[in-house]
Amino acid sequence: MSIEELKVSIKNLNVFYGEKQALFGINLNIYANEVTSLIGPSGCGKSTLIKCINRMNDLVDICRYNGQIMIDGEDVNDPSTDPVSLRTRIGMVFQKPNPFPKSLYDNVAYGPRLHGMTNSKEDLDELVITSLQKAGLFNEVKDRLFEPGTGLSGGQQQRLCIARALAVNPEIILMDEPCSALDPIATAKIEELIEELKEKYTIVIVTHSMQQAARVSNRTAYMHMGELIESGLTKTIFSNPEHIKTQDYITGRIG
Amino acid sequence: MSIEFILLTIIGLSAYSFYISKKKAAAISAINGAEIHSQPNYHGMYAAFLTISPALVLLIVWSFIEDTIITMRLRDYFSDITEPSIANFYIEGVINFVDDVNSKAMDHVNFFTATEYYKSTMHLNLLLKSIVLVMLTIIALRYSFKLISADFKARDLFEDVVIKVMNIASIFAIFITIGIVLSLLFETLRFFESVPVQDFLFGTHWSPQMSIREDQVGSSGSFGAVPVFTGTILISIIAMSVAGPIGLFSAIYLSQYASNRVRSFAKPIIEVLAGIPTVVYGFFAVITVGPFFREMGIFFDIEGFSSESALIAGSVLGIMIIPFIASLTDDALSAVPRSLKEGSLAMGATLSETTTRVIIPASFHGIVGSFLLAFSRAIGETMIVVMAAGFAANLTANPFDAVTTVTVQIVGLLTGDQEFDSAKTLSAFALAFVLFFLTLILNVISLSIVKKYREQYE
Ligand SMILES: Nc1ncnc2c1ncn2[C@@H]1O[C@H](COP(=O)(O)OP(=O)(O)OP(=O)(O)O)[C@@H](O)[C@H]1O
Ligand SMILES: [Mg+2]
Repeated sequence: MSIEELKVSIKNLNVFYGEKQALFGINLNIYANEVTSLIGPSGCGKSTLIKCINRMNDLVDICRYNGQIMIDGEDVNDPSTDPVSLRTRIGMVFQKPNPFPKSLYDNVAYGPRLHGMTNSKEDLDELVITSLQKAGLFNEVKDRLFEPGTGLSGGQQQRLCIARALAVNPEIILMDEPCSALDPIATAKIEELIEELKEKYTIVIVTHSMQQAARVSNRTAYMHMGELIESGLTKTIFSNPEHIKTQDYITGRIG
Repeated sequence: MSIEFILLTIIGLSAYSFYISKKKAAAISAINGAEIHSQPNYHGMYAAFLTISPALVLLIVWSFIEDTIITMRLRDYFSDITEPSIANFYIEGVINFVDDVNSKAMDHVNFFTATEYYKSTMHLNLLLKSIVLVMLTIIALRYSFKLISADFKARDLFEDVVIKVMNIASIFAIFITIGIVLSLLFETLRFFESVPVQDFLFGTHWSPQMSIREDQVGSSGSFGAVPVFTGTILISIIAMSVAGPIGLFSAIYLSQYASNRVRSFAKPIIEVLAGIPTVVYGFFAVITVGPFFREMGIFFDIEGFSSESALIAGSVLGIMIIPFIASLTDDALSAVPRSLKEGSLAMGATLSETTTRVIIPASFHGIVGSFLLAFSRAIGETMIVVMAAGFAANLTANPFDAVTTVTVQIVGLLTGDQEFDSAKTLSAFALAFVLFFLTLILNVISLSIVKKYREQYE
């Protein structure tokens, strides 16, 4: 592996939903061109953490936070940071595939059109096709680009959502349990895809599958009850965890 | 003893049947544990149904038969009368006879013997009916009670009953609709016997009033319905152009931008608008909006602004239908899965981009539905238009003119003393029929739009 480049650094992040604190003093570094996986029992705050990175938590009225999240040395929560342009730099893939009720083409072209990224119809066509290719979906759907995206299978829909996120050429891709609604074959395809994508993007993936975390990620962070217990190279975490809770979780004793 | 009393008895017996059957089933299940096929409640309900239904069916059949037989019998008393309609008149007189009221039917010699006969027969009939019905119910009760056993499938049978009842209800609804349409159709056809269809549909002059005075010149009246329908459409369009934007924007605001706190009091307030009786809107139109528009008309020097105008009626009608659009559109927008909204925002779209590009297209069929519903409300509305737009059937597209609408004309044609076979009265049915046809087409169009969108997006 080449020299590690720090992409996102989270320092002392506390998040509250109303009175209830969901995250407690999180410190985590995420490195460029790596896959970082977040694991931990349900309700421990994994989704909350990744939603802080692209400020999707702003949508929740009762959500408050303090602490610092730096992307390339720029504070995400700084008043001068516009959440809308921040989100164009960060793609997000959700637990349940959520293609828009539009054609496949329009789904992928959604971001580029929104941000005026292409100048001509030809450019847009090309961008749509390369995005679909990157998401490994193009060959399966090339003759039905103008049919509704909702007509695809679950795994195809999820790859469509990945293509949609790739089309705006983000720097970071956040994935919140992208495979939890998929069968093993579709899951394997997405994992393969993640492997390829990390060449160009920084990926954060939340997963409930230890094997998945072990297979795809370079680094792993284990969370428990809103606290980050341990983070480090996946190899180390899985073979030689420092913390007893981590060990219990990955060997299946809690969670 | 009266028929109400018998009915109460039967219902009481059925309730009793429910109670004892449930108890028996509960007792069985207490012994057999989980072995019993259906829960005691189902046994009770099915038994209650078995108890009550034979009596109800018999009651209906009996009432039909008793009517036929008694009229036949009474006919014998008036056998000297050959004309059936006159004989029927006497028979009606006997059936509806009340002691202290004078009736023309009393002129007939047999009238009082017939009433005596009628009274005693009906008395006997009631007695017989009571006994038979109650006996039947008791037998049914005993039978249904005996049926109960551990493997009696009361739950499945009761399910069947429920399904059949729902079937019957929907068939009933369908027949009522067909009945209304047919009666409308027949009256309309009668109207077209005296007035040619093309004169009605394409004529541009509407003045049905003249046809009353038959002795006068030009007594035939004039039944060109075009001005009436253009009036309806003009007013509905004005109403929609008031209610459409206001309703749509408030729905978007409520569902996408408003905080929960604002939403929780703003939505009920908008919905209150829907509960205001239309007469009150009529007052509002006449007393507040009318004078205001007239002042504006004078201020801006608009020629020929009448005190009753399409604009006034249309805008108040528009206010009336705002809550339909706002509330239904809000429901449609809120029904769009949150994941789509999040997906779009995560792509770096602003809230308004998300609304126009994702949320509105995803709920388009719901929005169209709410607009069409509001439109057909506007077309069918009477009161506001009666009060604010007038009766004058002008063929005009000028919103400052007085116009009339289909519903208003129907009211005008059918209120007061009317002969029910004059062309004037019958024209109301023709208007109603065409109105019905228009709204039907509207509904078909809206359904097909909805369906197309469903196919495309779901
Ligand atoms: N919108 C919200 N309002 C209030 N509380 C919330 C909200 N979202 C999350 N929480 C709370 O914050 C805590 C962390 O939730 P989060 O969704 O981040 O968990 P998670 O680790 O992603 O769980 P899972 O693995 O089940 O997805 C939970 O206790 C949850 O109840
Ligand atoms: Mg989660």
